[in-house]
Amino acid sequence: MKKIKLSRQSRSDLITYGIILLLSLVLFFVGQSSYQLKGLLVPVCAQIILAVSLNLTVGILGELSLGHAGFMCIGTFVGASFSIYMEQFIHIPALRFFLALLVGALSAGIMGFLIGLPVLRLKGDYLAIVTLAFGEIIKNLINMVYLGYDGNGLHFSMNDTASLGLAEDGVVIIKGPQGVTGTPADSNFGIGVLLVLLTVFIVLNLVHSRDGRAIMAIRDNEIAAESVGIHITKYKLMAFTISAALAGLAGSFYAHNYNNIKASTNNFGYNMSIMILVFVVLGGIGSIRGSVIAATVLYMLPEILRFMSQYRMLVYAIVLIVMMLFTWSPKAQAWKAVQLARCKKKLQPLTDKFRKKSSDELKKEGE
Amino acid sequence: MALLEVQNLGISFGGLRAVDDFHLQVEKGQLYGLIGPNGAGKTTVFNLLTGVYKPGEGIIKLDGEDITGRSNIEINRAGIARTFQNIRLFKDQSVLDNVKIGLHNRFHYSTFEGIFRLPRYRKIEKEMDERAMELLEVFELEKEKDYLASNLPYGKQRKLEIARALATDPKLLLLDEPAAGMNPNETHELMDTIRFIREKFHMTILLIEHDMKLVSGICEELTVLNFGSILCEGETDKVLQDPEVIKAYLGE
Repeated sequence: MKKIKLSRQSRSDLITYGIILLLSLVLFFVGQSSYQLKGLLVPVCAQIILAVSLNLTVGILGELSLGHAGFMCIGTFVGASFSIYMEQFIHIPALRFFLALLVGALSAGIMGFLIGLPVLRLKGDYLAIVTLAFGEIIKNLINMVYLGYDGNGLHFSMNDTASLGLAEDGVVIIKGPQGVTGTPADSNFGIGVLLVLLTVFIVLNLVHSRDGRAIMAIRDNEIAAESVGIHITKYKLMAFTISAALAGLAGSFYAHNYNNIKASTNNFGYNMSIMILVFVVLGGIGSIRGSVIAATVLYMLPEILRFMSQYRMLVYAIVLIVMMLFTWSPKAQAWKAVQLARCKKKLQPLTDKFRKKSSDELKKEGE
Repeated sequence: MALLEVQNLGISFGGLRAVDDFHLQVEKGQLYGLIGPNGAGKTTVFNLLTGVYKPGEGIIKLDGEDITGRSNIEINRAGIARTFQNIRLFKDQSVLDNVKIGLHNRFHYSTFEGIFRLPRYRKIEKEMDERAMELLEVFELEKEKDYLASNLPYGKQRKLEIARALATDPKLLLLDEPAAGMNPNETHELMDTIRFIREKFHMTILLIEHDMKLVSGICEELTVLNFGSILCEGETDKVLQDPEVIKAYLGE
């Protein structure tokens, strides 16, 4: 009996990984069709990572967070600065990029921990509002940062470039509202797919572990979770921190696709946070697979629909509504269940044959 | 020495004296009942014992250890587990996972080992599965292990809640109206289950109940609460015949 349960769980996970590989194959070919679409391949991977990581907070922990773009912002700027500064010391691009991703994720994780410590005492709408504010605060703070380096090391200021006091050979890394310039272009679609797989791997395995069960217990019933001795604050913080760290990973990856990146409202504002939340909600709260699909479709669609010129956003809106109905309406869910059962029935002879074959083989081995 | 010793326990909510000068002594292996009319303060006593509320005054000792004023997590670790009057299961998780969450503090591996599925993860998850299945078998829930907890029928949800409480390996089990909403058949079955738990796990059980058949059937001693203070205590038969108790339940 137990084996069936385990294999069902891992089968569902395998399907998720399969869908990701399939989607990335489709994306790869879509990307060949035009220059604009090709340019979206790296950002779409970042979007998928963001959606999956936010799903950890919203779907698995069950708390609404609207500041996810803020954590991505930290990852972006820390990762990019690290790469620019380290270009003089580490000459292997792959190693440097790997470390930049790690540093981006770590810094966002630490920030998530520090913010989560006070903020996670709140619940529901209150938590959403405070995380929204923290997201904006992070973005605005980064807009004030000036960072540069010269022979003496790093220089930091909150005023302007001149007050950095750089030597003549100094290089400015972050220039306040003009953002960070000169990030090496290390990102590509292949690494993006790998990172998406890594993110999904981490989130899925966490969910199926002891810690993941504790996190979901808190979501389902906080009082009962405490009554069996689960430390509420610890596990809330754990989920929030991992979620933030993965957003930082996405940010650092995203940064290495652009020579110049600004902490503007478009990139890291609350609209971005809400966009990620839309991916999560329309893909199905708590469904990792759904987040991956929704993020891909909804991020690529405006570009793919460009040939419709002014009707583009109209179609986009319709897709949003259809997707919402498809994920959440009871009728659609019933329809999906029926279709799934029908599919299974059709596949039954095949799987039976397969099972028989494998059991025959087992028997042979036994003999 | 008694397993649970409570002296002079009291708490007020604003001007309301919810529990006043409450005392209790439960011996190891005993089946003890706490009864009283609605609003008498029975569940408040449970909440005080499990650390949901901090007592205003009084001392609670479990197995000689003073646990007064500790948090509910610490008290659970010290050895008190409970069920709830209105069932509180982890609804969106499987029956098996509900019990495994109960085992949370009995089995350990790190987050890292969990995420990367290192050998220790596999070993300990296997042990947890086995332990959880043992408990589910006791309550005849092993066939439903993959069901979502919310899809179980009412009586089985009650049983699952007891199984989850037992999974924390307590010294003392508190049952808050375990027979609430059950039909006579289910109640009868529950009585057998409670007796069975006591035998099998050598468990000490303190329960709140309104169903007099269940109380007189399985409890050895009773304490009757009325308006937050003790009305009567002692052996079940004597207490149930006490004119004061009958008056409190039925009126004059």
